[in-house]
Amino acid sequence: MDDRTTLRRKLLHYLMGTSVGATLVAIFYPILKFMIPPPTSEATQNSVVAGKVTDLVPNSGKIFKFGNKPGLLIRTASGEFKAFSAVCTHLDCIVQYRPDMKIIWCACHNGQYNLSGQNIAGPPPRPLTQYTVNLRGDDIIVTKG
Amino acid sequence: MSTETLRAWLDERIGLQYLIELARKKDVPLHRHTIWYYFGGMTLFLFVVQVVTGILLLLYYRPSAENAFESVQFIMTDVEFGWLIRSIHSWSANLMIATLMIHMFSAYFLKAYRRPRELTWMSGVLLLGLALAFGFSGYLLPWNKLAFFATKVGTDIAGDLPVIGPFLLRFLRGGDDVTGATLTRFFGFHVAILPALTTFVLALHLLLVQKHGMSVPPSLTSHNLPRMKFFPNFFLRDLIGWILAVGVLAALAALFPWQLGEKADPFAPAPAGIKPEWYFLFMFQTLKLLPGRILFIEGEVIGILAFVIGGIVWLLVPFLDRPEENSRRTRWFTFAGIVLVIYIATMTIVGYLS
Repeated sequence: MDDRTTLRRKLLHYLMGTSVGATLVAIFYPILKFMIPPPTSEATQNSVVAGKVTDLVPNSGKIFKFGNKPGLLIRTASGEFKAFSAVCTHLDCIVQYRPDMKIIWCACHNGQYNLSGQNIAGPPPRPLTQYTVNLRGDDIIVTKG
Repeated sequence: MSTETLRAWLDERIGLQYLIELARKKDVPLHRHTIWYYFGGMTLFLFVVQVVTGILLLLYYRPSAENAFESVQFIMTDVEFGWLIRSIHSWSANLMIATLMIHMFSAYFLKAYRRPRELTWMSGVLLLGLALAFGFSGYLLPWNKLAFFATKVGTDIAGDLPVIGPFLLRFLRGGDDVTGATLTRFFGFHVAILPALTTFVLALHLLLVQKHGMSVPPSLTSHNLPRMKFFPNFFLRDLIGWILAVGVLAALAALFPWQLGEKADPFAPAPAGIKPEWYFLFMFQTLKLLPGRILFIEGEVIGILAFVIGGIVWLLVPFLDRPEENSRRTRWFTFAGIVLVIYIATMTIVGYLS
């Protein structure tokens, strides 16, 4: 083979390789993108009615829906209302109020938070996000931030 | 590890050399009918597209009357390239049935079903039945109005069969009516039972094709035909066809995205002008044309029975048209095939226009 033929062959190989490559990219790019789920819309609401004052006796807690995430509403032994994100900062489990220990407890890995949401024992690395609680008549209003 | 040692390693374990020999052995006869050899591979390619896009759709689809429509809507509007994947799944289904029909009728007219390929033909006819079952069961899954009524009509037709009809109707619907139970059931057929059966029959079909090699039409056997290596020569030609198919699919999906329609409402009347998919249209139209009663039996039942018998005859064609016998019979089969194609084409066009 002379040089020109070799060159021509190289060019053909290059063109074929790139067009095959481009075709494969055009096929697999949509497939990969399809497999990644679209982001679920964050709760646009900034506040929510978490329950009624009469729902909770002192020293008890309940889970409420804040958009699509769970929140934890607590009535302390002294009768004060507090609200936190109920998602454990360790591995995403849902926490609960322990009336016997008067703490917030995560059953998955025995994570513990005090009533200010501070991580006090166990694996959780960060405190729970605290929400503002307001009362409007009988309704307990929980607000972000 | 060098390529040579890797090759030796694989050869020892999976008999690579044997597979290479097998691929090397296969060749394709070249003659004026060679074009028809492409359609089997094309059907197989479109089937692979169905498997891939079907698995992708499974990631988001929810098979219940409450969620199905919304999940397809979610796929079409929210998921990236969801419209593309769903449209390709729908379009490829239609193209696959079209290429399957072409493949089947070309095998019929070129008498490729003859000894020793009787089982190849029969497994092929079974694959046609499975493809139609895939089409019918998949059509319901978006749970839209058209799908809902198509399934009501289709299952009702099955229910008209004598003796087994009532059982078949309840078996297909999972009850007396088309409900969420039907949807769940069709989903099970579509993604589990039919794929399992198809895998088995398709493997048999392909195995037999490899075993017997390409059939040569009887009109050409006397000549000494030139042949082309399947690997890589003919396979590369197949590949060009497949790339064209990808282009056609992408164009169809982009220019005519498959519609979702309105959500099914079991308490709303059927929409006007409702029709089945084109591959069921000739049967639909035939049933429409039959009178209400023929002698003492309902016309519809006669029509359905005729289709069932027709299907059985079609399956048994290799045993009915035997080359040892006089060629008049053979010519009769060719003639009957032409009549059948004309009938299907006419009824489809009439059904489409009416």
